[in-house]
Amino acid sequence: MSTAPRLIEVRAKVLKQNDLLARELREQFRRSGVYVVSLVSSPGSGKTAFLEKVLARTGINHRVAALVGDLATENDAARLRRAAPQVKQITTGTICHLDAQMVKKGLEEWDLENLDFLFVENVGNLVCPSSYDLGEELRVVLLSTTEGEDKPLKYPTIFNGADVAVITKMDLAAATEFDLMATRRNIQSVRPGMQVFEVSSKTGQGMNEFISFLCGRFEAARTATMS
Amino acid sequence: MHELSIAVSMVERIIEESENRGGLRVEAVHLKLGVLSGVDKDALMFSYEVACEGTFLAGSTLVIDSVPLLIYCDSCGAEGAPESMQHIACPRCQRPSHKIVRGRELEVSALELAA
Repeated sequence: MSTAPRLIEVRAKVLKQNDLLARELREQFRRSGVYVVSLVSSPGSGKTAFLEKVLARTGINHRVAALVGDLATENDAARLRRAAPQVKQITTGTICHLDAQMVKKGLEEWDLENLDFLFVENVGNLVCPSSYDLGEELRVVLLSTTEGEDKPLKYPTIFNGADVAVITKMDLAAATEFDLMATRRNIQSVRPGMQVFEVSSKTGQGMNEFISFLCGRFEAARTATMS
Repeated sequence: MHELSIAVSMVERIIEESENRGGLRVEAVHLKLGVLSGVDKDALMFSYEVACEGTFLAGSTLVIDSVPLLIYCDSCGAEGAPESMQHIACPRCQRPSHKIVRGRELEVSALELAA
């Protein structure tokens, strides 16, 4: 009798449950005609301030809502409710990222048919969220001028997995001697071809460009679903 | 650190695969881990042990095969391994490319059974 161990090939994706659920959500979002945008960044990069402005601006002509993830507190949701009526906080406890199940649960009482945009603000973290598909159509990674220009090089996975990048706090760029060109170069180095926006939530710089980009994406997605 | 969440999902998947095959006595688990998977190898090794506790996988070994990055270059049509994750460009023509062929894997590839 042989004592050699037997090897069975399996090819089992570890995050199969999350991936399947994310795919279901994505189909559901498309059927309902809601364009879903997620935001990832490190803590303190200005996600909530940015989202507050984006909600207020997109909310003028569209029906908007937001899910916001944090380990604890309802503070961000309370802040965002000033800009949009439909905001729900997801408190993750000790979990450092959102997953598709949390998004699904967060949406339970909402009628997606009555929405145009849904924004999902992930927990502030440049590592963990990168592994989880949330069913979103667009993943935005944010980086502020108060962080180092080499952030993209230090966290290539999260930048590589995102669709567009937003550089926030541009009003502080001069004070922090932020090297914009180096940052743009670093982003392209880890995620070739990525579109980059420069904004300031405080002064409104660059917001028009980002909002017209979002609305363009929304219209294109709607046309694609109808055809 | 999200490796514990990953390890828990992994143990659930292995149990599912094992049950689908009528119950296996798993001694070792082989995992393909892409460099762009967002998962740290050492943290996963540690978390795997914790996640296995109280299941029939307790005491099993995790063997991690790292999968390097491989990209497809639109410009010259070649597949190649970029210099690093920090510089994703074609090793042949140096042009940047975002077509990832390999490197995002997070997949149990094989189960080693007790003899």
